[in-house]
Amino acid sequence: MTWSGWLQILIFFGVLLVMVKPLGVYMARVFEGERTFADPLFRPIERLLYRLTGVDESREMRWSEYGIAMLLFSGVTMLLTYGIQRLQTILPWNPQKLGAVAPDLAFNTASSFTTNTNWQAYTPESTMSYFTQMVGLATHNFWSAAVGMALAVVFIRGIARRESKTVGNFWVDMTRATMRILLPICVVYGLVLVSQGVVQNLRPYDTAKLIQPQTAATTDSNGKQVTQVIDTQAIAQGPVASQEAIKMLGTNGGGFFNANSAHPFENPTPLSNLLEMLSIFLIPAGLTVTLGRMTKSPRHGWAVFAAMAVLFFAGVIVAYSAESQPNPLLHGVDQQTTVAQAGGNMEGKEVRFGIANSALFATVTTDASCGAVNSMHDSFMPLGGLVPLVNILLGEVVFGGVGAGMYGILIMVVLTVFIAGLMVGRTPEYQGKKIEAYDVKMAMLYVLIFPLSILILAALASISPVFGLTALTNNGPHGLSEILYAYASATGNNGSAFAGLSANTHFYNFTLGAAMLIGRFFMIVPMLAVAGNLAGKKVVPPSSGTFPVTTPLFTVLLVSVILIVGALTFFPALTLGPVLEHLLLHAGKAF
Amino acid sequence: MRRNLITSFLYTIVTAVLLGVAYPLLMTALAQVFFHDKANGQMIVRNGSVVGSRIIGQTFSGVSYFHGRPSAAGANGYDASSSGGSNYGPTNKKYIDRVESSVAELQGDNPGAPVPIDLVTASGSGLDPDITPAAAEFQIPTVAKARGISAEELKQLVAKHTAERQLGFLGEPRVNVLELNLELDNANSRVVSK
Repeated sequence: MTWSGWLQILIFFGVLLVMVKPLGVYMARVFEGERTFADPLFRPIERLLYRLTGVDESREMRWSEYGIAMLLFSGVTMLLTYGIQRLQTILPWNPQKLGAVAPDLAFNTASSFTTNTNWQAYTPESTMSYFTQMVGLATHNFWSAAVGMALAVVFIRGIARRESKTVGNFWVDMTRATMRILLPICVVYGLVLVSQGVVQNLRPYDTAKLIQPQTAATTDSNGKQVTQVIDTQAIAQGPVASQEAIKMLGTNGGGFFNANSAHPFENPTPLSNLLEMLSIFLIPAGLTVTLGRMTKSPRHGWAVFAAMAVLFFAGVIVAYSAESQPNPLLHGVDQQTTVAQAGGNMEGKEVRFGIANSALFATVTTDASCGAVNSMHDSFMPLGGLVPLVNILLGEVVFGGVGAGMYGILIMVVLTVFIAGLMVGRTPEYQGKKIEAYDVKMAMLYVLIFPLSILILAALASISPVFGLTALTNNGPHGLSEILYAYASATGNNGSAFAGLSANTHFYNFTLGAAMLIGRFFMIVPMLAVAGNLAGKKVVPPSSGTFPVTTPLFTVLLVSVILIVGALTFFPALTLGPVLEHLLLHAGKAF
Repeated sequence: MRRNLITSFLYTIVTAVLLGVAYPLLMTALAQVFFHDKANGQMIVRNGSVVGSRIIGQTFSGVSYFHGRPSAAGANGYDASSSGGSNYGPTNKKYIDRVESSVAELQGDNPGAPVPIDLVTASGSGLDPDITPAAAEFQIPTVAKARGISAEELKQLVAKHTAERQLGFLGEPRVNVLELNLELDNANSRVVSK
């Protein structure tokens, strides 16, 4: 660990802090339909969009209709992406002449991008044409992010509105999120990324003549040893920057290339790296201010922000410390931190980012449901890899996915208020709304679906040698971590991986595809039910028995509830994976 | 229900054209006009042919070039159409063995000297263009001997291709291997022409 490393982590958080308030206030104005400075530019486009798609923007929806519209739209867009992948041979912009994507993989990928997961069971540069990446995948980066934001706003409205049957109009919220927040930021941000060296073109892959041709020994089809001269390097290209911008801003995380944000064409410099990390947290963190503003309790927004910040720093401190440690199993190497090298665990990490920026990125991408990676989590030290895994298992509520993080933590807030109410023996209230049996039941449904999907599916994979275990790269406890991480990432709609798991098999494509759909839609429906129910409630004036949700005490309780729910559920599985591996590593055991 | 279904289809089509076609094409046009070199991957051209990208690493072997990091991209490493890491965990025997054999190769006629860790570990992308200053320093004696260039001159070359932290505080100091090796070839041709 170095001072420079800590400084970079603090600067990251400082810059975030500065950006949170202006964006959060702007988003509140956008979703409340207030006038903003950009109206003259956006109003005509929005009007045209509503006319073309038959949307009546003044019509409000009940929570159930809102949910149905969201499900229909998700279904239609998922079909589109499935179809494009299957038909990419006859569609334009396929200079590498890549073939049709296999049905199971196409299903997995369509589920993955529809649910904002962006789990990638494929190697993009050898599987997806430019058209598929642009129209089939990058569009979902906008759509799924806008859906998440719309749903978060519905929950916030549920808290803010009184005795209201409706929660907003799905199409209008989607449109505002896309046209006034996501797209304008992406145009500017994408160009900044290009200025750092992120590529943006539609050219065929380049072929470079190597400076020093290499010979490689391979075995031919007859089993004979042959030497092969390699004197060229194929360099994949593509419209990367436009996709990279929304990939990060929308907490999607699906890389244009297999190596994701570790690839020099996706993340060429330390500055692009800083911007990518900031853009993951930007909207989720801004939404805490939006929450405060729309519920007319700015301090409540900051109390939620504080809880998230505490969990963020806890994660990054553990990850950075763990990754800075030397691996005791390696000999003859210099793993010390000096001025000339970052030292520590460099397997799977890029020199330009070093240990601090890799650990920070891994923490940020799993605090949020982004899942982009600038280093390979599978190669992290046991406790370093534990951090991203735990972040996902806590439900990605530390800032979280765009929108998904907000409604995720609001469910936790409902539980916190409920538990606080139980402790003093009064009917719990949240912002003047009584939290009753129906709300808590729905909140618990939301909380329980998550571990059920992860633990049952991971257990299934762990006990099936043919389907589950043959896909592993690493043995011993690390193998269990690979499987657990995969189902956590899929159900949590994160999308990062312990990528040693070769997940492009029928078994994994179908089970992980299902986990992603369960983790998105089965959790959204109870969440919407809570939101709709809250919106209809009367407001009771606060009394001396009301638990205030603006104090440090509330923040501490909220953090505790998040940790206790996560720990009680997943502690046994984590013990058998990363924790056991840590102990065995220091006992000198390899697998 | 029916109305929302129709809107779903229409909305998908209209926004797919906007976000999936118009937006990336606009970005491509802007990028090609304002950042032509960067938008196309910063290709290095020598004698009329592309020899690589400034920000994508290549394989170097033997004693006459500085080596980059081991690479797990593609079957033979540094395959820029198949990026990726090894995904070996810290307790994987294959990982420990691979590091051991890299260490043996790099120590060469200098057994026992600890090898900087980045020089024996595969990067996440498999295309890392950089090594740490420590890793460059470690290789100077070997390359100097093979090339007949003084260690002092090599040190200056390495220093010339060392990038400090961006804006003074971001990232880590690093040496671009491909650019350094290209310059090595230039330096040698200077020696020969003298």
